[in-house]
Amino acid sequence: MSQAPERPFRLKPRVTAANEHFWRGGREGELRFLCCRACRTYVHPPAPRCPACLAKDLAPEPVSGRATVHSFTLNHQPWVPAPDHPYAIAVVELDEQPGLRLMTNVVGCPAEAVHVGMRVRVVFENHDDDVWFPLFEPEARARP
Amino acid sequence: MTEILERRACISGIGQSEVGRRLGRDPLDLTLDACLAAIEDAGLTRERIDGLATYPGAVGGAPGFSGAGITEVHDALRLSLRWYSGGIELPGQLGAVVNACLAVACGLADHVLCFRSVWEGTAQGKGRRAGIGLPSDGGGGAPFRPSGMMEWSLPFRAYSAANWIALCAQRHFHEFGTTREQLAWIALNARRNAARNPRAIYREPMSLEDYLAARMISTPLCLFDCDVPCDGATAVIVSRREAARDLRRRPIGVEAVGTAIRGRPSWDQWDDLTTMAARDAAAMLWERTDLRPADVDVAELYDGFSFITLAWLEALGFCGKGEGGAFVAGGERIALAGQLPLNTHGGQLSGGRLHGYGFLHEACVQLWGEGGARQVPGRPQVAVAAAGGGPLAGCLLLTGPE
Repeated sequence: MSQAPERPFRLKPRVTAANEHFWRGGREGELRFLCCRACRTYVHPPAPRCPACLAKDLAPEPVSGRATVHSFTLNHQPWVPAPDHPYAIAVVELDEQPGLRLMTNVVGCPAEAVHVGMRVRVVFENHDDDVWFPLFEPEARARP
Repeated sequence: MTEILERRACISGIGQSEVGRRLGRDPLDLTLDACLAAIEDAGLTRERIDGLATYPGAVGGAPGFSGAGITEVHDALRLSLRWYSGGIELPGQLGAVVNACLAVACGLADHVLCFRSVWEGTAQGKGRRAGIGLPSDGGGGAPFRPSGMMEWSLPFRAYSAANWIALCAQRHFHEFGTTREQLAWIALNARRNAARNPRAIYREPMSLEDYLAARMISTPLCLFDCDVPCDGATAVIVSRREAARDLRRRPIGVEAVGTAIRGRPSWDQWDDLTTMAARDAAAMLWERTDLRPADVDVAELYDGFSFITLAWLEALGFCGKGEGGAFVAGGERIALAGQLPLNTHGGQLSGGRLHGYGFLHEACVQLWGEGGARQVPGRPQVAVAAAGGGPLAGCLLLTGPE
């Protein structure tokens, strides 16, 4: 998958055995969530047991990376210095499961073009070969 | 129906410190001012205070978020306690007051001093308002790496509750056609009431044009949709009803509390962003009383961000789901002389971010008929105080002194 061109400052999460599949899945171009092998429920954020059936048999699985913007906001306030205000923060819902949601950024289009219901797909922003932030770009965007 | 135990509790006194944008005062000093004022207001002495409760207690968080914890107040006043509780994992900021109600109802204490103290104005200095969880010193040493709840928002540059609530507000705008011109009235009404409150921070008139011209923070929320960090402390005395008979005031009754949360405890994973957790706390409140929304004479509903008030109005059934925008538009219904006087002291938007306790304080002021220039006409008998946004929510229904 392509990588987003601009790389603003980001706080990196503390990567652990429990969340590495999510934060470093982008190294292989995959958006991964824990999935319950017993009942096939995707679980996010990661947890030791499936919240649906309480089974412990969870393993990371890639998803399509296709999603719909559930809500969004254009952040104008310079909480930290950045060259790209306003930028779009969104909650997107993955195609795989109702309620499988993620806070993220929509990139690859003018912030003003972001809207509820917008179809998006994952794109990874690699920071120092340490964390691959899963961001989303318009599905309609032509790939170079 | 089983006994509604919180009705064994009442509010016997209230107090507030000086409130200001940046007072530069010791936060414990402010806290004690509020506590001593409440004790005196109730006609008590500190020897008779046998319970202590606060939110959030001595914790970190954004600079100035907690002005004093249980231990500091306990020791500074040399209290002799039978029960105490301080914490942040509660049904909203007023959860500490609910705890106090239960403590007196169970006979663990007779008079619980409840307090909330902030000094965000001074602590955040002249710099920009700090986002949640972003250390102002960059974390010092090793780079700051968010974990826990913050792991899922800060890496996506959503540094502040302003962003998280904006996501909720935008979804509401999308589903129900709510507009900024409607939402504005939460802020305009607050400013109108603040003009009548000498303690409020922003008292100069504000017009719809001023609101619409304000700089954007995080769409659809502009500067005037965000509350103002301040320094100040608030205290209330929760007493066991039988123990309050000999006190100075006729006490305010606790009719019912709402503490439920049935969805996921998360800002972004909550099932319905347009309701937030207010939905469940409010529903529970009405399950515990025969009073109905139409019986409420004054509503003091949290406005850390304007949209939160809108969500509480809908959750509490003052209007239908999705109808909050139309309900507040024009500002007549929610004015002091309107059908549902709202945030009569100016809320946190204009009065200062006293973090939930300003609303409870004001509900008591109104029920005691001591609002002065901002007193709701006709001597209100029923008030609701609610606090919290996102996954935090708690509310109390109060009745006037008998």
